[in-house]
Amino acid sequence: MGMTMTEKILARGAGRESVRPGDLVLAKVDFAMGHDLTIPPAGKIMREQMGAEKIWDPDRVAVTQDHFQPAKDAASATLGRLTREFSHQMGVKWYFEVGQGGICHTVLPENGLVLPGELVVGADSHSCTYGALNNFATGIGSTDLACVFALGELWFRVPESLKFIYHNRLKEWVEAKDLILYVIGQIGVDGARSKAMEHTGEALRHIDMEARLTMTNMAIEAGAKNGIMEFDQVTKQYLDGRAKRPYTPVTSDPDSEYEKVFEFDAEKVELGVAKPMSPDNYAPLSEVAGTRLDQVFIGSCTNSRITDLRRAAAVLEGHKVAPGVRLIITPSSHQVAIQAEKEGLIGTFLAAGAAWTTATCGACLGGHMGVLGEGEVCLSTTNRNFPGRMGHPKAMVYLSNPAVAAASAVAGVITHPSEVLEKMPAGLA
Amino acid sequence: MTLPKVVRGRAWKFGDNIDTDQVIPAKYAIYSLDEKELGKHAMEGVPGRDTWASQVTEGDIMVGGSNFGCGSSREIAPVAIRGAGISLVIADSFARIFFRNAINMGYPILQSPQASEAVEDGDELEVDLEHGIIRNFTKGDEYRCEAFPQFMNELLRMGGLVPWVRKQLEERRRMAASRG
Repeated sequence: MGMTMTEKILARGAGRESVRPGDLVLAKVDFAMGHDLTIPPAGKIMREQMGAEKIWDPDRVAVTQDHFQPAKDAASATLGRLTREFSHQMGVKWYFEVGQGGICHTVLPENGLVLPGELVVGADSHSCTYGALNNFATGIGSTDLACVFALGELWFRVPESLKFIYHNRLKEWVEAKDLILYVIGQIGVDGARSKAMEHTGEALRHIDMEARLTMTNMAIEAGAKNGIMEFDQVTKQYLDGRAKRPYTPVTSDPDSEYEKVFEFDAEKVELGVAKPMSPDNYAPLSEVAGTRLDQVFIGSCTNSRITDLRRAAAVLEGHKVAPGVRLIITPSSHQVAIQAEKEGLIGTFLAAGAAWTTATCGACLGGHMGVLGEGEVCLSTTNRNFPGRMGHPKAMVYLSNPAVAAASAVAGVITHPSEVLEKMPAGLA
Repeated sequence: MTLPKVVRGRAWKFGDNIDTDQVIPAKYAIYSLDEKELGKHAMEGVPGRDTWASQVTEGDIMVGGSNFGCGSSREIAPVAIRGAGISLVIADSFARIFFRNAINMGYPILQSPQASEAVEDGDELEVDLEHGIIRNFTKGDEYRCEAFPQFMNELLRMGGLVPWVRKQLEERRRMAASRG
């Protein structure tokens, strides 16, 4: 019996010929990540409770200051300081200070730190993002991260794999975000609980790496352990000049076993949103068009990379944010911000009347710079809209792609981008 | 910390897909290192349960629906529930990171679709952790729990991942010393 990509990576990490779904293995970790909310407890558990003095391999660890940084209050300044001190004392090689990194799930791929064939863990649920680069990547807790820091190993239950095949190509205006929202709408927020989501098919061959990262980013919103994609020319080109280590891609064997295979016609997927208050509450855009908005947020590890900002800027160019609406745009990394500046996108945003912020998780988790009040309605390019995620438990959050978000900010209500921009410029569509 | 054999307490019932931002809203992540403070705000994000934590008696039992603890990886979710005084969590099913975090903390969680379905808020429960049996004194029912793989039980019995790692580190140090 053959193995899936996920099984092969876990088998290699465990030093075994093969593994089967359900096996519990101790596996070596290739790369680990933590941030300002998860490093302080992990560091404390590792040093004070486990009695470890150093990190197993400081060259294979990244730490970002992204969730509540730049510090939103005195308590988060303490978390930032503990994160900084721990990274410095442990000699963490890939430490990203405020103003030099950004959101972990953008920073790690753009710096070539998470590579094909690798076993990657991050103390953040959206660590599944990295799987678009053909690795096994999963979110873990702080005690888990402390264990990895101390030993370089962690326990895993080998997941059953689910295969998602996307036939044909996405049509005009429809983005990777719409596709993954549609899929989660079909299978539910626990539809892939503890399982591997393996994405494949023609539609993926025609989307770029940033769009792929948007899809694997949301694996956790279906409850999955990881999301993973095949290695191809798009992967290779993205990694050329970026990859910090040599790497070996993995492929699923033709006779590997899937618990279930889902097939979708990508061409039939419509522009859509997740309605309040769950990421699986999918609706076609036409059903919610006209919904009045208080805030639009373009940001997060899901949809605020440079291609996302280019699409938002194309829509906003020459337009103004509607009265009564505030548009907040938060790039997902410092590199993204530098590129946006070079391309003149920031000028477009500012002229439109948008608030442009530093790279941070910010409003996505109701941290700072855009927290929602009671009864407010927000359209957001982020990943989850459970009650209270972006602030008050009675705030209403819709999830969409960046072009829809930008168009809706201009209209003041949820709007199809074609009502603001005739056609997405070639290269951005 | 070792596991108690039998736990008794009042049941607090919650629904399906209770995510970690409802268990402990992200704004309280600033108290990441303070279990008692987190406990005061546990379940505050669940609509209608914003004063829940103040009603809990030490040792009470939480009963959730399916996919309990979905969402973020923040370990403060099970920490907050423990901090509120809840002795163990029963659910139809758990989201994987919440599940891992609880086991790693040595905090007992039990999967029992039967109990999740039948137990009502306020029922008096007794949980036999050794045999995986839940008794409902209010209803006179008994429910079975799903068995965990051996390694997970071992971790729970040891008190979580911390003592396990300590043991591994000791072995590594011993081996390094014997190699001179």
